[in-house]
Amino acid sequence: MDFLNILNLTGGELIGAYTAAYVLCALGLAMHFGFTGLLNFGQAAFAALGAYGYAIATLTFGWPWYSATLFGLVCSALFAVALGIPTLRLRADYLAIVTIASSQALVSVFGVGQYRDVTGGSNGLSQFGESFYALNFLPDQRIELGVLTYSSNEIFIRIVAWSLVILGALLLLILTRSPWGRVLKGIREDEDAIRSLGKNVFVYKLQSLIIGGTFASLGGMVFVMTSQTNQPVTWGTDFTFMTWTILLLGGAATILGPIVGGMVFFALLMFLQNILEGLVNLGLLPFLDIAQVGQIRYLLVGLVLMLLVIFRPQGIFGNKKEMQFNG
Amino acid sequence: MANSISVGAASPGCKKVDPILVADNVTRQFGGLTAVNVEHLEIPRGLITALIGPNGAGKTTMFNLLTGFDEPNSGRWTFDGTDLAGVAPYKVARMGMIRTFQLTKALSLLTVIDNMRLGAQDQPGEGFIQSFLRPIWKKREAQISERADELLQRFKLDSKREDYAASLSGGQRKLLEMARALMSEPKLVMLDEPMAGVNPALTQSLLEHIKGLKNDGTTVLFVEHDMHMVRNIADWVIVMAEGKIVAEGPPAQVMKDQAVIDAYLGAHADTDLGTVAIKTIKAGK
Repeated sequence: MDFLNILNLTGGELIGAYTAAYVLCALGLAMHFGFTGLLNFGQAAFAALGAYGYAIATLTFGWPWYSATLFGLVCSALFAVALGIPTLRLRADYLAIVTIASSQALVSVFGVGQYRDVTGGSNGLSQFGESFYALNFLPDQRIELGVLTYSSNEIFIRIVAWSLVILGALLLLILTRSPWGRVLKGIREDEDAIRSLGKNVFVYKLQSLIIGGTFASLGGMVFVMTSQTNQPVTWGTDFTFMTWTILLLGGAATILGPIVGGMVFFALLMFLQNILEGLVNLGLLPFLDIAQVGQIRYLLVGLVLMLLVIFRPQGIFGNKKEMQFNG
Repeated sequence: MANSISVGAASPGCKKVDPILVADNVTRQFGGLTAVNVEHLEIPRGLITALIGPNGAGKTTMFNLLTGFDEPNSGRWTFDGTDLAGVAPYKVARMGMIRTFQLTKALSLLTVIDNMRLGAQDQPGEGFIQSFLRPIWKKREAQISERADELLQRFKLDSKREDYAASLSGGQRKLLEMARALMSEPKLVMLDEPMAGVNPALTQSLLEHIKGLKNDGTTVLFVEHDMHMVRNIADWVIVMAEGKIVAEGPPAQVMKDQAVIDAYLGAHADTDLGTVAIKTIKAGK
C-alpha cells in the first residue's frame, strides 16, 4: 500500500470542488435547521434549481455566466417562496414531509422526456461552462500537488468554490450575530413565545428558507460546474441526506461546523476507499472484492456517524452545554 | 354593592368606569363543547384583575382568543379602542398587549439576556437588510440591553445574565418570562398562572412585582388558582365556569358569592385542609 498516495488523495478531497459544493448546501441547511429549526429535507431541490437554472439559462437562453447565476438563484428563491407560503405554518415534522416530497417531484419533472429540449430529460445537460471558464485567469498548464495534478480549470473552480464558502460563512456569521439572527434562534426554541413578543414569525421563517435555499443553489452550481454535466439522478434524496450528515457531523448551529464537517466527511470517504482497496489487494480481506469496497465504506461512514451521534451529539464544533440541556 | 371600578353594582359582565379591553359575544367551540361563551367582558384600566374558575372553565382559551392565538367562532373585542378580532398575535403584542403562557416558554438555548432582548420592540436590526448594517441598530441595542439589565436586576436574575435559560429553575423561568414580557413596556400584561410551580419564597417577590406593575400604570390580567394571591393583589375578580362569566366584583365580595363558592371555591375554601377531617369534606358540610 502506498500511504503517501492515499494521504495525497485524501488531502485532495479536503479542497475538492465537490466538497465545497456540499459545504455550501450544508451552510444553507445550518441556516434552516441550526438557526431557525426548519426541518428541510428537500435541500437537493434547491441545489438542483441552481444547477438547472444556470445550465438552462446558458444553453437555452444563451446568457453569460452572471445572468445565468442570478437566474439560478432567483429560481431557488421562488421555489422557497412557493414552498414556504403554504407549508411554513405547518409543524416542523410536516414541513419535513412536504419538503422531501416536493423535492422528489421537482427532480422527477426535470428527468421526464417531455421537456428534453430544455432539461435534457434523463441524460441531463452538459457543456454549459464556457462563459464561466472564460474567466479563468490562471496560466494554462497542469499544476502538480504531490501525486495529484490539476488542470488550470480544476484549480480555478476550486478557488471560486472555496471563495464562495468563505463569503457565505462570513454572511452567515454577520446574520446570526445580529438581532435578526436572534429572532431566528428564538423561533427555533419556541415560535409561539416569539409571536407573543410581537415578531412576525412567518416572515422570518420565509426569509430563512430563501437564504438557505440560495446557498444550496450556489452549491448546486459549483457541483455541476466541476464536470460541466448536470444529471437529474444527482439530485436524489441521497444528496439531501449527505448534506444533513455533513451538517450534523460538524454541528448544526455553527458556521465552522458544516465547513469542517464537509471536509472530514469526504476525506474520510476517500481514505476508507483507498485503505480498504489496499487491504483487499493484499488479500487481507478475503470476504471482500474491489467492487464491494465502494459500498462498504458507506457502511463504515454510517457506523462512524452512529458513534458520533451517541458520543458527541453536538457535532465537532457544537456547544456541549447546549446539547446537554436537551437530554 | 357599589364600588369605584364598575358602573353601578358589580354583576357578571358589568360595565367599567374606564375599561381597557371590551369584549362582546365571544364564543369558541371545540366540536360539541362550548369552551368559551362570554356575552360581555370589560377589563378595568390600570388595575389588577384576576380571572379565576375551575379547571376547564375556559380561562386559558379566553386568553388565547383575546391575544389572537386562537380564533373564535364569533365575537368582537377592542383593546384601547382598537378592534382586535382576527388580528395576528404579533400585531396584538405590538399594540401593547403582551401575554405569558401557562407552560412557561423560556427560550431554553438562548441566554437569559438574549431572552430579554427579544422582548423589546422597534429594534431595526431585526429587519433582514438592516441586520447587516450594525451602525443602524447598535444604539438601539444598547438601550435595549440597558432596560434588560434593569429588569433582570429587579427580578433578581442579574446573576444569571449569561446563562442559558434552560439552566434556570421553574420559578426563575416564570420570572424571566414575566420580565421579558415587560421589555416592551406593555399597556396590558396577561399572565397565565404566574404562580404555578413557584415556591413560596418566590411567590412573595412575584406578588410584589405584579403590584409594582400596577404602580407603573400597567394593567394586569391574570389567571390563577391560588386564592391567597387573588385576595392579596387583585382589585377586581372575574369568575368563569363552563365558559361563562358567573360572577364579578371586588375580591372580598366575590369570595362570599354563593355561586362562586358552589362552582369553584368549595365550602372549605378558608380552611386549612390539614385541620379538617377528610370525612367532613367528603360529606360536603
